[in-house]
Amino acid sequence: MKHSFRLYRHYIAINIRSAMQYKSSFWLTMFGQLLSTVSTLFGVIFMFQRFPVVKGFTLNDVILCCGIVQMQFSLSEMWARGFDRFAVIIRKGEYDRVLLRPRNEILQVFGSQFELSRIGRLIQGALMLAYGIIRIKIHWDVLKVLTLFNMILGGTALFTGLCIIRAALCFFTLEGLEFMNIFTDGAREHGKYPLNIYGDKFLLFCTVAIPYALVQYYPLIYILGQRTEWWLAFLPLLVLLYLIPCIALFRFGVRHYQSSGS
Amino acid sequence: MKKYFSFFKLRLQMGMQYRVAALAGMATQFFWGFMLIFAYHAFYESNPDAFPMEFSALASYIWLQQAFLMLFTTWRFDNDILSMISDGGLSYELARPVSLYRMWFAKNLAMRLSEATLRFAPVLLVAILVPKPYGLSLPKSPWHLLLFLVTLVLGLLLTISFLMLIYGLSTRMLSSTGIRVFLSSVMEFLSGQIIPLPFFPDKVRFVLELLPSAGMQNVPLRIYSGDLSGAAMVRAIVLQIVWLFVFVIAGELLLRNAEKRAVLQGG
Repeated sequence: MKHSFRLYRHYIAINIRSAMQYKSSFWLTMFGQLLSTVSTLFGVIFMFQRFPVVKGFTLNDVILCCGIVQMQFSLSEMWARGFDRFAVIIRKGEYDRVLLRPRNEILQVFGSQFELSRIGRLIQGALMLAYGIIRIKIHWDVLKVLTLFNMILGGTALFTGLCIIRAALCFFTLEGLEFMNIFTDGAREHGKYPLNIYGDKFLLFCTVAIPYALVQYYPLIYILGQRTEWWLAFLPLLVLLYLIPCIALFRFGVRHYQSSGS
Repeated sequence: MKKYFSFFKLRLQMGMQYRVAALAGMATQFFWGFMLIFAYHAFYESNPDAFPMEFSALASYIWLQQAFLMLFTTWRFDNDILSMISDGGLSYELARPVSLYRMWFAKNLAMRLSEATLRFAPVLLVAILVPKPYGLSLPKSPWHLLLFLVTLVLGLLLTISFLMLIYGLSTRMLSSTGIRVFLSSVMEFLSGQIIPLPFFPDKVRFVLELLPSAGMQNVPLRIYSGDLSGAAMVRAIVLQIVWLFVFVIAGELLLRNAEKRAVLQGG
């Protein structure tokens, strides 16, 4: 375990060093993400100028929510990028090399890529979160701080799990599954609003089918004080269980792996 | 003109090959459409009086936007042209006895038409079946449909003529990524891709409706449902045509001098 951790740290160091060889590309990627977040944010601000309260949420609540989702998403994109571009790894036959090494293959895929440029989006998310915290009068206590932490942990795990599922499916299809972007990019884009805005049926779907609501809506209403049940604070941790079937699917996929590269 | 038509045809045939990509695109557009309409519905319920469009007009706007996304997105560049500019292949392009502007315009037109053709029909078909007021309504009259189609074409040409300016600027720079990302995202926001123009605050909206960005998707998608009509519509169409002329002339000038000014790279 200790050895794996050291290996992973080494992988990250290499990735960061190689990214830093292309500084302008690094800054431009960050710049592009900054602009896209800014235009989303302006869209939200203009909508709330017209409609100050929607389903019990104000502009500041939505900014807080949006910030948290951005952080969850960018953290997962940063460290699970290897799974994100897994189709390329498969197609080029790079996975053969992974299998030959006497180390855990999942750790190797995690280590194969580390997108430092996502740090821009992470900082934007943190700024939005900070703005929300300052502007909304929340009675903070230990449990609420813990809730916030759980949300970010659980959300990162959820997005990572989705990336692993997508990667696992590549074993069978050999090509990237663009439609899976709906579940990742789609969740980031539409997760800016608390999920009950999309209606009760959709909220139910996001509770039982793909547990977005566990890392967004339920803990959020606990932090905002709309509900006071203590267990809402721990719902995001349930998502960690959801990683088990994701990894199992990946393991199942590995057994079906047929090398396609040259 | 014949040679530009063959560039057009070639690129069109190439674009029509990407059917699997189109399928994924369609799935995304369905999902996006539903999510946006659910969200707007929540805003609508919170205060129907503050809603600046009829709800069914907004639903039509969103479905048409999703169906014709590839015509109007400011993010779709012809990657062949971009890589040509950055690796020096531009010199071959300049050696051809054709107008760079017309050739690239034809290629971009074909690329967008092929991508939109593969996607739009199923999206519209399903959107029409979605119950009122969430689905796509029929156009108000045949006259509206006709005007919609005409302004759709104008909007497409305007979008491409805007991108042509970016290609033109790119030929003079070592790296154009920054300016491309910047202009594309600003234009995207101003054109009503993130939220339709009627949802902007009134003062901002007044200015935005005069800008070229308003002529891209905003005009056709609002004429379809009758949200844009009367004198405002006439003004919008005139502006569309004027901006199209301005952009085409500016683009021509920018590329005509490319032979003298282009920064050729690679080796």
